[in-house]
Amino acid sequence: MKINDVILRTVVKAVVFIVLTLGIYLFFAGHNAPGGGFIGGLVLASAVVLMYLAYDIETVQKTMPFDFKKIAAIGVLLATGTAIGSVLFDVPFLSHTDAYYNLPLLGKTHLTTVTIFEAGVALTVVGVVVTIILSISEEGEEQ
Amino acid sequence: MSNLLIAPMILPIMTAVILVFLRGNVRVQRLMTLVTLIVVLIISLFLLMEVEAYGIMRLDFSGWLPPYGILFVGDAFALLLVTVATVVTIACSIYAFSTIGEAHENMFFYSFVLMLVAGVNGSFLTGDIFNLFVCFEVMLLASYVLVALGGGKRQLRESLKYVLINVVASWMFLVALAYLYGAIGTLNMAHIATRVAEVGQDPVLTTISLVFLIVFSLKAGLLLFFWLPGSYSVPPTSVAALFAALLTKVGMYAIIRTFTLMFPHNQEVTHAIIAIMAVLTLIAGMAGAMGGRDVKTIATYNVLIGVGFIMLGLAIANEQAFMGVVYYLMHDMVAKAMLFLCVGMMIYLTGETVVKNMSGLIRNYPVFGWLYFVALCALVGIPPLSGFVGKILIGQGAITSGDYVLLAVGFISSIAVLYSLLRIFLASFFGETIIVLEDEVPIRKGMMGSLIMLTACMIFLGLGANYMMPFVEAAAAVLVDPSIYIDAVLRGNE
Amino acid sequence: MESVMVILVGVLVAVATYLILSRNMIRVILGTALLSHAVHLLILTMGSLKKGNVPLLSDSDGPYTDALPQALILTAIVISFAVTAFVLVLAFRTYGTNKTDDLQELRGNADE
Repeated sequence: MKINDVILRTVVKAVVFIVLTLGIYLFFAGHNAPGGGFIGGLVLASAVVLMYLAYDIETVQKTMPFDFKKIAAIGVLLATGTAIGSVLFDVPFLSHTDAYYNLPLLGKTHLTTVTIFEAGVALTVVGVVVTIILSISEEGEEQ
Repeated sequence: MSNLLIAPMILPIMTAVILVFLRGNVRVQRLMTLVTLIVVLIISLFLLMEVEAYGIMRLDFSGWLPPYGILFVGDAFALLLVTVATVVTIACSIYAFSTIGEAHENMFFYSFVLMLVAGVNGSFLTGDIFNLFVCFEVMLLASYVLVALGGGKRQLRESLKYVLINVVASWMFLVALAYLYGAIGTLNMAHIATRVAEVGQDPVLTTISLVFLIVFSLKAGLLLFFWLPGSYSVPPTSVAALFAALLTKVGMYAIIRTFTLMFPHNQEVTHAIIAIMAVLTLIAGMAGAMGGRDVKTIATYNVLIGVGFIMLGLAIANEQAFMGVVYYLMHDMVAKAMLFLCVGMMIYLTGETVVKNMSGLIRNYPVFGWLYFVALCALVGIPPLSGFVGKILIGQGAITSGDYVLLAVGFISSIAVLYSLLRIFLASFFGETIIVLEDEVPIRKGMMGSLIMLTACMIFLGLGANYMMPFVEAAAAVLVDPSIYIDAVLRGNE
Repeated sequence: MESVMVILVGVLVAVATYLILSRNMIRVILGTALLSHAVHLLILTMGSLKKGNVPLLSDSDGPYTDALPQALILTAIVISFAVTAFVLVLAFRTYGTNKTDDLQELRGNADE
């Protein structure tokens, strides 16, 4: 039976971008306001899950041909990599550094290695959440 | 320098993640697993030497001084266990290389083994009790997956129970942590120890320590072992061996740390309870081991006997007993892995699990038969093998402090071990052979290699006792006198 | 405020215990999720509640909330999230192979 989901699809088309933007905003806001990698990642993942809800798995796979397990793995590598990186500079494990730079367009910007770590966390969360959702739904289709 | 202390945890994690990208490339996966574990082994041996030479080392994550930040503390006790755990994992993964099968290997089996090792090593090394919780969870999540992987009907059913029990246990861990934080206001283990000593261990704190005891007993299989026989009998041999060798030991390590470092001041309550629990565990373990009909049941109840015996040493709580505890913990890791691999091998060779249905294995597989005999002797505690030193030290400790009941129960348990394992040996290895030459399943090189490796470890732990003693003494010294640990962690903060 | 929180934690634990003791698999899993919520609130309460303050942020001397319980809770949430997700997948697979979600029937016996 074909379900008429025009409304869902139309809404999702608009909402996904809002959710994605919110996710990215939360990710960057995490520096010194509520937010951060984990929360940002969850919101990003919810956008992906929303797309899976509105469209079927094949369509989404076509537009986003990622293996989400690998995305999670890249995330963990990024996070542990920045943690290990501090060992190379002979400071304690997990140390982070930050500085202010004058960048074109953005002006005086606060850059820190924590952001890389957080990006790792966010990627891990996105990867893991989508993998879990997919592993349940794929199983369901087989039966 | 002290940054090396993180290596036993972070290297396996990184390799585990890299292995995700090598799905389908089984040979490279195996090689990387082995290389990582060997590197970890070398690093932990090196750290052990360093600690022996320069005293306890610590690593403050991102430079936050204790008691504010998370830290890893490497003392002789922790590093000895890390070393032995890594050796056992190497043996089990070599066994897995030839037995586990493509289906597992393509489902990230080695990644999860490495995650398990990372969690175990982290639990041994951490000096922060919340970090201990996190490492426990890393270890448990990996173990959940390993139990359920490739699940058939029975396996999935048992793993669901295993997971639910552990979820509830982890919840209790958090409850205990919450109360501890409310009462003491710190989570650094050394700092907790000083705060507890300052206020004196009042009944509230003793109660909190008992909540911790319940949590860790669930993980260690101390009295609260009802989940253990079921979940240890379903996974593949190499996984079961890893679990038997590592998971219960981490629980015991946590109990020992809790009651020697953090809450050592109310021994007439806490240690008495531990002694009672240990004796009951031993009795249940003996009953199960002697009454069991199939080899897996006998092996799992032998795990319980090991747990009970080590906890007797903790309950006795003097220096000799602690040396025995450290030594027996190391021995037990190696020997239990060996026992489970042997049992798995018997099932693999005959396709049977019931002792009575096997017979005459030693004619078909003489080397395997005698390796099993060596494992049996080590587990019973026959000199010069590894079990002997630990048992004699715990026994001496019991005599010194006059705990003759514990002594008697401990040594009766050795007889039960002897009976249960010798029964397997006599019934299954001797007698008429049931396998005709043509039906003989060949033993693969990897399986034999891992058995020989573990046997060599047991002989080394037995004969090389003199060589190991300085490390064991250093480890026991920290258990007897926690101020060594506390000073090492909190010193140099001014 | 603390006493209200403690009562809430108690209610949550009671509900969770009831759910965990039931025979339906999905109820048990919901029960474990509720248990973790209860303990998160407990940690928050144990870190002593203060209204209207932020964790250490500004340099001013004003009162601030203890940041540690919040960090602990975040970690605990991440872990319980991962565990709950895994248990759900596992329960689903178990249901698929054993064809039942009744824990009584999942007991299993030795001689099968």
